[in-house]
Amino acid sequence: MTARYPMGLIETRDAIACGDRRARDVCDEALRAIETRDVELGAFLHVDAEGAGRDAERIDAVLARGERPGDLAGVPIAVKDVIVTRGLPTTCGSRILDGFIPPYDATVIARLRAAGAVLIGKTNCDEFAMGSSNENSAYRVARNPWDTTRVPGGSSGGSAVAVAANMCAASLGSDTGGSIRQPASLAGVVGLKPTYGRVSRYGLVAFASSLDQVGPFARAVRDVAELLTVIAGHDPLDSTSVDAPVPHYSHNLRTTLKGVRVGVPREYFVEGIDAEVERAVRGALGRLKDLGATIHDVSLPHTPYALGCYYLIATAEASSNLARYDGIRFGFRAARADGGALALREQYTATRERGFGDEVKRRIMLGTFALSSGYYDAYYLKAQKVRALIQRDFDAAFREVDVIATPTSPTAAWKLGAKVADPLQMYLADIYTVSCNLAGNCGVSVPCGFTSENLPIGLQILGPAFAEERILSVAHAYEQSEAWRTRVPPHPETA
Amino acid sequence: MTRADFEAVIGLEVHAQLLTASKLFCGCSTTFGAPPNHHTCPVCLGLPGALPVLSRRAVEFAIRLGLAVGCTIRKKNRFARKNYFYPDLPKGYQISQYEEPICEGGRLDVAGKVVRLRRIHMEEDAGKCVHDAAGSSVDLNRAGVPLLEIVSEPDLSTPEEAGVYLRALRDIVVYLGVCDGNMEEGSFRCDANVSVRRAGARELGTRAEIKNVNSFRFVEKAIAYEIARQVDVVLSGGSVVQETRLFDSDRGITQSMRGKEEAHDYRYFPDPDLLPLDIADASIDDVRRTLPELPAARRSRFLVEYGISEADAVVLTADRVVAEFFDVVMRAYAGDGRRAAGFLRTDWLRVANDRGAADVVARVPAAKIAQLLQMVDAGTISIAARREVFALLVDAGEGDPEAIVRERGLAQTSDAGAIEAAVDAVLSANPNEVAAYRAGKEKLLSFFVGQVMKATRGKANPAIVNDLVLKRLRS
Amino acid sequence: MASLARLELSADEVDRYREQLSQILDYVADLDAIDTSGVEPLSHAVPISAPMRDDSTRPSLPPDEALANAPARDETAFRVPPILAGE
Ligand SMILES: [Mg+2]
Ligand SMILES: [Zn+2]
Repeated sequence: MTARYPMGLIETRDAIACGDRRARDVCDEALRAIETRDVELGAFLHVDAEGAGRDAERIDAVLARGERPGDLAGVPIAVKDVIVTRGLPTTCGSRILDGFIPPYDATVIARLRAAGAVLIGKTNCDEFAMGSSNENSAYRVARNPWDTTRVPGGSSGGSAVAVAANMCAASLGSDTGGSIRQPASLAGVVGLKPTYGRVSRYGLVAFASSLDQVGPFARAVRDVAELLTVIAGHDPLDSTSVDAPVPHYSHNLRTTLKGVRVGVPREYFVEGIDAEVERAVRGALGRLKDLGATIHDVSLPHTPYALGCYYLIATAEASSNLARYDGIRFGFRAARADGGALALREQYTATRERGFGDEVKRRIMLGTFALSSGYYDAYYLKAQKVRALIQRDFDAAFREVDVIATPTSPTAAWKLGAKVADPLQMYLADIYTVSCNLAGNCGVSVPCGFTSENLPIGLQILGPAFAEERILSVAHAYEQSEAWRTRVPPHPETA
Repeated sequence: MTRADFEAVIGLEVHAQLLTASKLFCGCSTTFGAPPNHHTCPVCLGLPGALPVLSRRAVEFAIRLGLAVGCTIRKKNRFARKNYFYPDLPKGYQISQYEEPICEGGRLDVAGKVVRLRRIHMEEDAGKCVHDAAGSSVDLNRAGVPLLEIVSEPDLSTPEEAGVYLRALRDIVVYLGVCDGNMEEGSFRCDANVSVRRAGARELGTRAEIKNVNSFRFVEKAIAYEIARQVDVVLSGGSVVQETRLFDSDRGITQSMRGKEEAHDYRYFPDPDLLPLDIADASIDDVRRTLPELPAARRSRFLVEYGISEADAVVLTADRVVAEFFDVVMRAYAGDGRRAAGFLRTDWLRVANDRGAADVVARVPAAKIAQLLQMVDAGTISIAARREVFALLVDAGEGDPEAIVRERGLAQTSDAGAIEAAVDAVLSANPNEVAAYRAGKEKLLSFFVGQVMKATRGKANPAIVNDLVLKRLRS
Repeated sequence: MASLARLELSADEVDRYREQLSQILDYVADLDAIDTSGVEPLSHAVPISAPMRDDSTRPSLPPDEALANAPARDETAFRVPPILAGE
């Protein structure tokens, strides 16, 4: 069994499809990995052993009848707990959704199911996707499999860890300001944030509606591309979904980069970047050149304002998106100490006060402030104007280059607890990723080396809207030219 | 200073519920009267992850009303969130329009006065709370139902004017088929902004907003009360506070909403779940083409085109189905418009009021109505017989007027010989009356005619009977 | 702010949040330095018009599913505590 480890998405799918392996066995293997590893790693909030087993057996039956299985038939996939799943708990890592069982499936879930994927469980995350270390989860600590004293990144920390520690073949996360790319970088896997409008948000619990996107994690670029092909495409239930054709992303990956123009924004290599990270990223740029790409200096002049702009817009939208958690129709409702009911006003405030964690409350306060009368123009509106300038920066840059390459995160994974007391320090972890969301572009993080402490480092490839094929090709060519993916995190049984 | 030195300034905000089948942003039914929460889904329950998708018809209805009252239709529309907490508001915000409403400007001519409109915007309704001693029950069937909010400029100055404006607006939305106009069921609701000032003064006084008034009569009463109250406040040296007041219809007074009212800060901002809505000129033109003629315009046209009386025109244009049917009848019937109008507003409307105009139109199409009118014109049937044939056609929902006349023997006779015989018989049977007539009691003419009609069982052509009776009496 | 957002914070939280928020606001105040005159605010990166759906009904949730997550219910209505004046 260990001979097959680790198996990727396409590899697993093909092995099941040709009868080499049974979906049920693959599922059991994933469940066993979760059982042995997740006590320590904390990647999952809910494991659906029964449902996954049932789905896997159904796939085996379909195959036994000689019927055509879907594109993900039998592949164990984990889903960030901010994506609603009919009949399965969906908590968003928050107490306020304790016990919530959605009566409907998100569109991406419906597509996974239709493709025959086996939903293995719901992954840990920062509460309502607000955080960069997964430490804002109300339920459990998620740890980085490369060093369990360190954070896995966030907010989709659990999805990154589940893939990094081989507890599933691939996973879904969500990315509002870097929440897929940053944990992918810190956990040493591939993570893609699609173009805004590429993947349906229907059933993705909103943090900041104009920035949120669902995207895939896997251990290889090709697997990320395959998963994207399944979840991408127009959805009439999401008004912000774009009706553009979906290429078969995994079929169109290239291995040479002849003629590809790679931009390197000078504003991204400034103080705050870790020396080892910079060295690894510069090394990766050299490798892209070896593969035939040309490297160009570009400027994204409004970069220093992106983070402030992002926090105003994201928190403003969040303050409104999170108003629905009032303890009336679903989720947690606060009661008096003696168990009796509170008056309505007290019930609202007590429910939200006790149901939300610190970071969520902080952001609701900031967002409420940014939208309040007298401050709207100076904060929210100003941020939207700056957002327009940031988008223009990218438009101008992408007239000169095909993709932009940057570090994904200024540092590798840090120690648990190191930044908890200082929210601003934590926000700075997203400095390289937020602009992409503000501009609505796509971006992918691919491993590009390790620190001296054996911690993964990620390279971010950014592209213009709907250029997923292009950034995946660059990431794939780079990945194939290096051996980083052969390194695996220390396994508890072998450590 | 006395009361007479003051004038009132009144502006109305009307919420009209649109006659769409589904809600503004989801596919749930808008049907009234289902048990609580039977018309709800993840979207209108505000469940985590659910997203809104706009109804095309609601937008068309907004444009329809906007065009009918002369608004400018905004090409770039935006939906905004109005944030506040209340149990009947599932998402903690209402999706509405704020700085960029779909319709701006426009006017309504009411009772010789122009009332300017400020704006008309689309928004979703909230749900309903039913309160009892132990708490409240929340029903979200109505949550997400599409509304148009129609905001007038403060151009009204008396309660009566407000009433006339409201009725005129109601007639228009009903006529356009965008709202059923039912105030009691809450599909046409009105809030009034009222302030007073010294007559002739420029600046506006502090206004109070009166909410929840559910009949035309109450709107006038509530405004009248509020004007008097504010004048009293000023006369006694006080000043009016800006506040929301509720009308108590039992006591006929307005009352401040009790308790500390939190300063509202709705924190409007563009809804990030909905992209800006571009409305193309072509789609505005499409709506314009389907716009029915409004009652006032149609009324004037009927006077000129068909030569009917003002009174008939008022009756025939009050209902859109009737008005459109009259036009169709007139296209099929080449005769005198006054006669067609007479039939429609009497015999036809009596039946239509019973069964519903649309049903009667469906059962007896315009071509058959034209035939009936022509048969009377030609003297083939009497007016009484027409009424009878019409009733038979309505009941059967089919049939040929001429065949019915034939089968039932309803044709009136114009055969002079047969009528002469009947006249002679009547005159010889009533010698005393004949003598009285000849002595000058000319009123008896109608008696003789009536007797002849009776003898011929209504089938004689009354004009011919009349002529013949006169001829014989004078000879 | 806390009251608008229906959050009731302890004195300790108020102090902590005040300090953290003012730090964050200081940071975002950098935005003031940018000249944005004549710049149209960007609320969405997607340059398309809002799609619209036909006015046809779709089945609603069965009431028991709609109410399944409710902390308190009465038949098919959601129950809430008494609403006091001014709320
Ligand atoms: Mg309104
Ligand atoms: Zn609904």
